Amino acid sequence: MTDRNSIIGKVDWPLLLMFFALVLIGWLSIYSAGMSEEYHPIYDFTKFCGKQMMWIGISLAMGFIILLLDAKFFDAFAFWIYALVVFLLVVVLVYGKATKGATSWIDFGSGIKLQPSEFAKLGTALALASFLGRQDADLRNRNTRIGVYLIVFIPAALVLLQHDAGSALVFASFIFLLYREGMPYAGTLMIMTAVAVAVFVLTLVWSPKVMCIVLGSLFVLTLAYYLYYRKKGIWTMVALFAVYFAFIFAVDYVFYKVLEPHQRLRIEVILGMNDDIKNVGYNLHQSRIAIGSGGFWGKGFLQGTQTKYDFVPEQHTDFIFCTIGEEAGFKGSLVVILLYVGMLVRIIKLAERQKLAFSRIYGYAIAGIIFVHVAINIGMTIGLVPVIGIPLPFLSYGGSSLLAFTIMLAIFVKQDANRLKIL
Amino acid sequence: MKFSSRNLAKRQYVIIGVFVVVGVIYLIKLFSLQVLDDELKQSADNNVLRYVTQYPARGKVFDRNGELLVYNEAVYDLMVVPGQVSKTIDTTEFCRLLNISKESYVERILKARNYSKIKASVFVAQISKEDYAHIGEILYRYPGFYFQTRTIRHYPNAIAAHTLGDIGPIDQDQLKADPYYRRDDYVGQSGIEKFYEKELRGKKGLKVVLVDVHNREKGSYLDGVLDSLPVPGKDIYLGLDAQLQAYGERLMHGKIGSIVAIEPKTGQILAFVTSPTYDPNLLVGRVRGENYNKLLKDPEKPLINRAISGTYPPGSTFKMVNGLIALQSGSIIPATQFHCSGPGSTPIKCTHHHGPSPDLANAIENSCNPYFYEAFKATINNPKFGDIKKGYEYWYQMTQKLGLGHKFDTDIPYERSGNIPSRAYYDKAYGGRWNSVTIRSLGIGQGEILVTPLQLANIAAIIANEGYYYPPHLIRSFGDTTAIPEKMTTRMETGIEQRHYKVIKAGMKSVFEGDHGTARGSKIPGVTAGGKTGTAQNPHGDNHSIFIAFAPVEDPKIALSIIIENGGYGSTWAAPIASLMMERYIKGYTDRPAVEERMMNGVINYAIKKKK
Repeated sequence: MTDRNSIIGKVDWPLLLMFFALVLIGWLSIYSAGMSEEYHPIYDFTKFCGKQMMWIGISLAMGFIILLLDAKFFDAFAFWIYALVVFLLVVVLVYGKATKGATSWIDFGSGIKLQPSEFAKLGTALALASFLGRQDADLRNRNTRIGVYLIVFIPAALVLLQHDAGSALVFASFIFLLYREGMPYAGTLMIMTAVAVAVFVLTLVWSPKVMCIVLGSLFVLTLAYYLYYRKKGIWTMVALFAVYFAFIFAVDYVFYKVLEPHQRLRIEVILGMNDDIKNVGYNLHQSRIAIGSGGFWGKGFLQGTQTKYDFVPEQHTDFIFCTIGEEAGFKGSLVVILLYVGMLVRIIKLAERQKLAFSRIYGYAIAGIIFVHVAINIGMTIGLVPVIGIPLPFLSYGGSSLLAFTIMLAIFVKQDANRLKIL
Repeated sequence: MKFSSRNLAKRQYVIIGVFVVVGVIYLIKLFSLQVLDDELKQSADNNVLRYVTQYPARGKVFDRNGELLVYNEAVYDLMVVPGQVSKTIDTTEFCRLLNISKESYVERILKARNYSKIKASVFVAQISKEDYAHIGEILYRYPGFYFQTRTIRHYPNAIAAHTLGDIGPIDQDQLKADPYYRRDDYVGQSGIEKFYEKELRGKKGLKVVLVDVHNREKGSYLDGVLDSLPVPGKDIYLGLDAQLQAYGERLMHGKIGSIVAIEPKTGQILAFVTSPTYDPNLLVGRVRGENYNKLLKDPEKPLINRAISGTYPPGSTFKMVNGLIALQSGSIIPATQFHCSGPGSTPIKCTHHHGPSPDLANAIENSCNPYFYEAFKATINNPKFGDIKKGYEYWYQMTQKLGLGHKFDTDIPYERSGNIPSRAYYDKAYGGRWNSVTIRSLGIGQGEILVTPLQLANIAAIIANEGYYYPPHLIRSFGDTTAIPEKMTTRMETGIEQRHYKVIKAGMKSVFEGDHGTARGSKIPGVTAGGKTGTAQNPHGDNHSIFIAFAPVEDPKIALSIIIENGGYGSTWAAPIASLMMERYIKGYTDRPAVEERMMNGVINYAIKKKK
């Protein structure tokens, strides 16, 4: 097989190098975050960094195997993979009931546990790409849209049933690919969501009354503009404002009745309505101190003090960015963010050069997933987003997450390497 | 290209735009946090943060009357953070002050550095108050070093060393078993310090202090938001009576053995004496290691708690057990008489002189061997069981209900279970061919039977209670409202009717009161007691002197067992000591100075005697 010999030459090395760089940074940070305990060698398998090294090995091996597989495999088997992850999500739900607490894990014994929700995103991305990549799929068609909704909502709902709201939120990332593939109103929906978030936040910060006045004035101005220039769609505009007015009054209800108390507290903390420095606010406060104390140059590798001593909770998983911020300083933060943005832009660029719709759509899907993960995770550590526990792709400690993201990326790299063979 | 007409490819720039804008927003936020915001960087400049563990005061221990048995004294650990130690300090003076050699200084620094450069290690442990004051004055010249307060135990009465237990440095296994502990922690290693470690230890706190370049503490970091206060440990009130315990230890001086006294109605242990003992103050502070090794090497083994780790044949004190089981199984009635030919009896000789055909009460008073052999034989051969093996199983089950052959497993670590041989054991030992003659020694508490002094005292408590017991335990209550473990307040029934106990009790009363009673010489003025002597044959030397007793007979307040190794007859040493203990507890004083003096000054130390 000539394919096997030439795969090394065809893969997109810039993308892979950014991937390797992120994995390496993650591993060193996990080692450093674990240093608060007694001295231990970096390969000690009972410690986080040793285990992560094992998972890195497994992930790279999986990635390599994927590069050797036939590129058509993933399109052909997309729905089977999707069916498998949905099945695993059901298993974890049923099995999770029996074992209290950890509802999102499947325990395979001997310390190997998998988190199906990490793989659910991958399965959904493949299924969407395969479904929308078909010749007869057209997002302007209602049946196609219903298919898309079903593919996304089934796993999202199952993940939500595990009380893993963070992971469920990630499914919203598919809006990017739907927008790119021309779903009507996808762009409008994105803007409306952004406005809704703004209304939500401002209502909580300012109180509904003030918000009504602000929105009211805005409405009068917009109305005047529409009337003066005789713009079309004035009724749509009026309906839109009506929805937002209703939303203002719904915010109170949603905030105090629908959200769970811990979720409410996290939002209150981020909006500065509640300091709560000992409990929920503690995470945020600690992580900001850790990152802030890093300065421009950082304290140096292994020299962090805030991210040791168990001050920052979950310092090797969801809060791994704190260790980077503290020990590598702003220059480290800059490198990591540039790597992520670079990776995302590269994926979009590669996606656009695909000949197969499947490959392009899949590229947009994973770009969206990675973007939402990074934005929420780093945003949480620096106080821009409420505390939502989802991992930082390629960096956070955790086998399931690393493996799922590596497979995700490897499939895309394989599709890209194969593009020239498509006639 | 399906949507080429709509030119959807242009939408990639919107998406890339979103990614880039979010990236830029995050970078601006990070720049302001990391570079512009000075408040968060206080620690990154000249100041260092010091994480001082706030050790909680360990719970105090009191006796049943509120007398303090264990309290805490402050000592000071000199801590070092190797990464902050300056290379230009005057180590000569420092070493002189600490009384360590230069080599030792280097070794200690290396050890600490090996553990962690940024985390504190103990440099010199447990420095006294005086040295602390002295060194504290010049410590500002030695950055990276600071003092951390912690507490060590102190024992004002210096009694009950084994019961209270000791605290020692944590070992690797303990460190792994509980994430609460850190490398330099101390944990309970024996006694109630071990069993109630979780309650006594409290919860460590943490104080984050800002330290300037001159090694001066500048107060709490961020106004103490990161600090957590230590939670003091729970106090414990024991069932022990400190006065009685001290008295018992004086009585046992110069002898090897133990006294266990129980309050029958609660199962609380009133006195828990093992001899030889040691001063618990020897095992605290910097002298601990040296003293511990000395005690470990002592041929008399003072570290062993004989009251729970010593197992002895119960001898004649076991006769009540056989009497009770025989009565309950209907194999004898109180009036049943068995013939005794004194020293000529077979298969077991009688060592006492009494009438030829005693009944049950008489047999207890005179400790008649043939009577209890016959009663045991009648039980296991009782036709209602079918055959002797089933009869033996019944007997075995009853001994278990009487608290023998197994541990009580309450709050006393390192307890042993003693031995009541099972049917399977005899089947194996004699190839299935055995009968009442083969196992005749069981009838008089010899042979394979082994009991701990604690189990023996519990037998006395069961008889005093006429049929039930609470598993013997040390704790009476916690200093707060926490309930003590349910196991210790669960009443255990023996399955033997109360009327049978009344007969046994009457027999035990006549051991003191009867004309032939084996303890008639140890009568307590003004108190009616019940008891039973025992003389356990000991293949290694002189017989052990054993006694179990309770008093007052009408409403028992105390039940006890005494074992004096190599003390000869039960009536010689064990009975008088038991009578003094009961008198002291019930009356609060004793008025038999001659007996008291003889007991306190008596030396029956087999090991010493053999050497001479």
